[in-house]
Amino acid sequence: MSDVVSALNGKSMPGDVTITEAGLRGMITLRGDLGNSRVRSVCTGLTGVDFPLQGQANCVGEQGLAWMSPDEVLVLVRHDAVDAALAKIANSLKNQHHLAVNVSDARAVIMVEGAFARDVIARLAPADLHPQSFATGTIRRTRLGQIAAAFWMRDETTFEVICFRSVAQYAFDMLANAAAAGPVGHFPAAQ
Amino acid sequence: MSTRLAKSGRFINKSKQVSFTFNGKSLQGFEGDTLASALLANDQLLVGRSFKYHRPRGVIASGAEEPNGLVNLGKGAQFEPNARVTTTELFDGLTAESQNHWPSLEFDVGAINTHLSRFLPAGFYYKMFMYPRAFWKHVYEPIIRKSAGLGKAPVARDEDTYEYFHVHADVLVFGGGIAGLAAALAAAKSGARVILMEQTAHWGGRALVDQPTIDGMAAEDWITQTVKTLEAMDNVTLRTRCMGAGVYDHGYALGYERLRDHTPDSDGPRHRLWRVRAEQIVTATGAIERPISFCSNDLPGVLLASAVRDYVANFGVSLGDRTIIVTNNDDAYRTAITLVEEGLTVPAIIDTRAKADGELPQMARAMGIRVELGKGIAKAKGTKRVTGVVLCAQAGEGAPLEEIACDCVAMSGGWSPVVHLWSHCGGKLNWDEDQAMFRPDNERPPTGADGAGFVTCAGIANGHLYTAEGVADGFAAGRAAAKAAGHSQKPGQPPHGEDVQEGPITPVWMMPQGAGYELRSKAWLDYQNDVKVTDVQLAAREGFESVEHAKRYTTLGMATDQGKISNINGLAILADTLGAEIPDVGTTTFRPPYTPISLASIAGHARNELFQPIRKTPISDWHSANGAHYEPVGQWRRPYAYLRGDESVHDAVNREVINARENLGLLDASTLGKLVVSGPDAGRFLDMMYTNMMSTLPVGKCRYGLMCTENGFLMDDGVVARIDDQTWLCHTTTGGAERIHGWMEDWLQCEWWDWKVYVANVTEQYAQVAVVGPNARKVLEKLGGMDVSKEALPFMQWADGRIGAFDCRAYRISFSGELSYEIAVPASQGAAFWNALLDAGAEFGAMPYGTEALHIMRAEKGFIMIGDETDGTVIPQDLNLQWALSKKKDDYLGKRAHLRSHMASPDRWKLVGLKTLDGSVLEDGAYAIADGTNANGQGNTQGRVTSTYYSPTLKRGIAMGLVHNGPSRMGEVISFTRIGAAPVQARIVDPVFVDKDGEKQNV
Amino acid sequence: MLILHCPYCGVDVDETDLHAGGEAHLHRESTGSSDQDFENYLFMRENPKGVHFERWQHAFGCGKWFLAARCTTTLEVFGTYSAQTTEPPQDIQDAITHKRQGWSWRNFG
Repeated sequence: MSDVVSALNGKSMPGDVTITEAGLRGMITLRGDLGNSRVRSVCTGLTGVDFPLQGQANCVGEQGLAWMSPDEVLVLVRHDAVDAALAKIANSLKNQHHLAVNVSDARAVIMVEGAFARDVIARLAPADLHPQSFATGTIRRTRLGQIAAAFWMRDETTFEVICFRSVAQYAFDMLANAAAAGPVGHFPAAQ
Repeated sequence: MSTRLAKSGRFINKSKQVSFTFNGKSLQGFEGDTLASALLANDQLLVGRSFKYHRPRGVIASGAEEPNGLVNLGKGAQFEPNARVTTTELFDGLTAESQNHWPSLEFDVGAINTHLSRFLPAGFYYKMFMYPRAFWKHVYEPIIRKSAGLGKAPVARDEDTYEYFHVHADVLVFGGGIAGLAAALAAAKSGARVILMEQTAHWGGRALVDQPTIDGMAAEDWITQTVKTLEAMDNVTLRTRCMGAGVYDHGYALGYERLRDHTPDSDGPRHRLWRVRAEQIVTATGAIERPISFCSNDLPGVLLASAVRDYVANFGVSLGDRTIIVTNNDDAYRTAITLVEEGLTVPAIIDTRAKADGELPQMARAMGIRVELGKGIAKAKGTKRVTGVVLCAQAGEGAPLEEIACDCVAMSGGWSPVVHLWSHCGGKLNWDEDQAMFRPDNERPPTGADGAGFVTCAGIANGHLYTAEGVADGFAAGRAAAKAAGHSQKPGQPPHGEDVQEGPITPVWMMPQGAGYELRSKAWLDYQNDVKVTDVQLAAREGFESVEHAKRYTTLGMATDQGKISNINGLAILADTLGAEIPDVGTTTFRPPYTPISLASIAGHARNELFQPIRKTPISDWHSANGAHYEPVGQWRRPYAYLRGDESVHDAVNREVINARENLGLLDASTLGKLVVSGPDAGRFLDMMYTNMMSTLPVGKCRYGLMCTENGFLMDDGVVARIDDQTWLCHTTTGGAERIHGWMEDWLQCEWWDWKVYVANVTEQYAQVAVVGPNARKVLEKLGGMDVSKEALPFMQWADGRIGAFDCRAYRISFSGELSYEIAVPASQGAAFWNALLDAGAEFGAMPYGTEALHIMRAEKGFIMIGDETDGTVIPQDLNLQWALSKKKDDYLGKRAHLRSHMASPDRWKLVGLKTLDGSVLEDGAYAIADGTNANGQGNTQGRVTSTYYSPTLKRGIAMGLVHNGPSRMGEVISFTRIGAAPVQARIVDPVFVDKDGEKQNV
Repeated sequence: MLILHCPYCGVDVDETDLHAGGEAHLHRESTGSSDQDFENYLFMRENPKGVHFERWQHAFGCGKWFLAARCTTTLEVFGTYSAQTTEPPQDIQDAITHKRQGWSWRNFG
């Protein structure tokens, strides 16, 4: 395999809040019965994290599970581990109605890191980002400017944003623009 | 004259001088001044000319309600028209120019209109410029347009930045006066998340000027202490220079923050639009003083009484040495007392009431101020500024009793609560007879998603004009709002305010009460739109009895100030003329924004490259670097053609078509939608989605499919590939991926939710390249890998494999009529794959082609294009696609609709090919002309062009179109319209122009 | 701008995250239906002043369709519920009755 590149090839805009395209991540959209124990165990087995509750994303390093809808979970693994993961899912869920597809290259991942990261996202998304409502581990699928996106907090000052690959540049530019505008001073520090 | 007093104003810093210019004149003010106070300190009373009569106008107010003081502010990229001088904070280097005058502010030719005012009453334009009809466009409108309008439109591009900020709050408080502060304090102490917004740069509102006592201390100290308390709380956000612009459904509200209008050279966004979702909103927006309608009440030097007091207390500016007070209430006596305390002269307080013995009038009398009871002003004297008033009996018709010289008149007709934000989303009002004001009807608030009220008015805005009840009301409102939002900790004791006792107001809508026409016709209601008492009366006489009609007929309240000081006076005149009660006449609708906000703040970040998302494929960078001339397809930008050197777009397109037909063309087809449909019921489901049978498609094969709406109209098409027993991959049009994905989900979730099918949109997972032309197989074989021979991969089949270094899926499909493969690789390898094809294909004449070449090649082959041959009213039968309508299936989306009489009619226009007799290219969308005319006298038609191109292959124009009974009229010649030219003749032909038998693609 | 509760995500969602899908609880007519029934299915819609049932999709979120019972005059939302039903659930109907005595909509209420 030659010249494997992510949408923005790791582009970064350093600042008080730094915007960085995270490079290629392995992502599998798994649709199925999320209450089913085999579905849950293959997911947790692949990623080493707990199966997420509604509205939650559990991520450690490049691996994780994100709740996307009542019958959809996003499985995050290393980019080069996707084929093996898909094989494992197929094997585990044989004869069980599900759909697992590789969407790694259909997405871009952008990290928003810095003290006022909440302000940066709040400039673009209509979600409630107050620390009482949106804390580490919460995921929200919503609008970022004019595009669909999902984001969750990795820690108190880091958002991980995913969007479609085709609009990665727009998303990055919006986030960089919002970061350059400085802090708003609205959100309190998390308790 | 107006001048700066020796004593400093509260807001200004006399140690810091600020330079600015007005109409090119260099002037000095102080840090903390508004443009209004700085102009007044320089005796620049005259600030503009009125809209219609070009009368000289001065500042009348000290805040957001100002109707007269509008200027063109700044230069170049920072130019802004209609900036209000009273809300523009002064900064060093500010430049302002007055508006609506020619040739100069001091001498204005248009002022002749004021002498014609008898001939320019309400509705004048409507009545006058009716006839002759042709004159409107060519004579009247151009002249009126020239003389109308206030500020200039900006010419230079706005170089500042703007942004949104989305927040959620339990309690949003608008207004940082004492009631708003008390509300915020109570809500915050109750445990709610609170945002408090104040439109000015200062906390405290009018309490700073009048300094009542709160909790035993001067208001200023209480304000400072309360702000400090709030600032220390984690759950409170405080914003000054942030106006409540609007309140909308379900607790949505807009705050308009002006971050650096006062420091334009600093960095950062200029305006921030706060888009707030609040559980509860408290509007503590105070009240606005009303003018009094007397003759020449628009002369410069006639101001609201509270404004005169504000300029003294806040800015150390005196409006004049001799100020006449005219009032119908006690509050205006405060202005008299303040002025006399400053050593200025108040020749008289003219009070319309028979009795004035509250504490304030008593104090004024004790200071030796002359108080005239039961009196009014017959007219103000002066031309460019007031020089005196004529005293009369309020009850009479204006017979002069005495002329009193003055250089300022401070008027007060009472106060109107600012109920705008309450009313924006449906809050209702009651008329308070005693206080002569509309105030919120707290029984009928705006209601939210749960059906309960979500807005509370507090303090003066709620009709509580006095400090004690105002702060208590604010505190109670804040506490109640927090509770309604689910926070009910005990907030402690409400603040305790103290008041002087004031006597009752007596409403005065006309001064004097029996003023004749001469006086009334110069008594202004709406200063900005030049609406006078007589205009409203005329409207009522002419039958515009509804307040909304009278408003539009007279333009009362339709200017940029939206009638903040004029609406109540105007509707009171209307009520009086109609012999109706004020509450029965009612108010006009309050609409957001409260005061104008910048259009740029509404656009936010969405400008320049962020104006809208532009979707890029993994190969886009290559396109841009290699001469791509783009066209938008949805939010995608696809190369229309790749220009080489200085060739024209047309030449490039022709080159690309010829090369793909003769050698090797490469198309970036990544934008085509790709949906995976999988599950035990997937075949059954696709049989419903598509008009053709998809469940029987063998694994490894492809089939072209059509999708219809329930109306039977064609909505999308594409090639479907059977991946495995339970899985299909459906290609959609470029613009259709999201739409068709949503369409499938809709049916799965809402109609057949028991069917076991999952759909996933994998469009962007793949870069897809169409490898097209006689050399297509050669380049793939050169790269090596999977067998792409005719035998291993026949037409309309697909296979997974490897080409060169790339894992891929190859589809043997053709939209060009050539030997063609569409090859999908992971998007992360798309650019590399594209380059590999170009490198390997060089020896075979590889050349990329764009969407126009794609379109021409498909048209040459008679293939339809969704959006060209279809427009939402075209059914498959119209396009001779009956073969794709399965007869074996009981049902599919659109099947029932095709049985409707109009759909089954033999008279529908049907697809044919069209060739002009002279070889020219038909115009896109041209109509085929039929004999006769229709009921509207328009020429009859018998068809239209749907696709038309110059075919480089055939070296002539080719077209497709829908023609009445077309397929049975082969060979017939019909005429097509041309814009601005004679019709052109074209022959009806088979729509397949090239390689009818498919010999080129099936090799 | 409305806020509706997405019953799938459990969050309150701005209208700008949603896609409106018209009237809820339509009965699909297909082959075999009379012209009149098919026309009703395609074109005839309620246009009530008051209680109404609508389809909404959480388009920018989970992508799921849900149904909402709403008052078209006051914009009060009586409840949102799963789209996998042919009629409003009893608790939604009760909630409406509690707020709007004597309501009716098509053959409900």
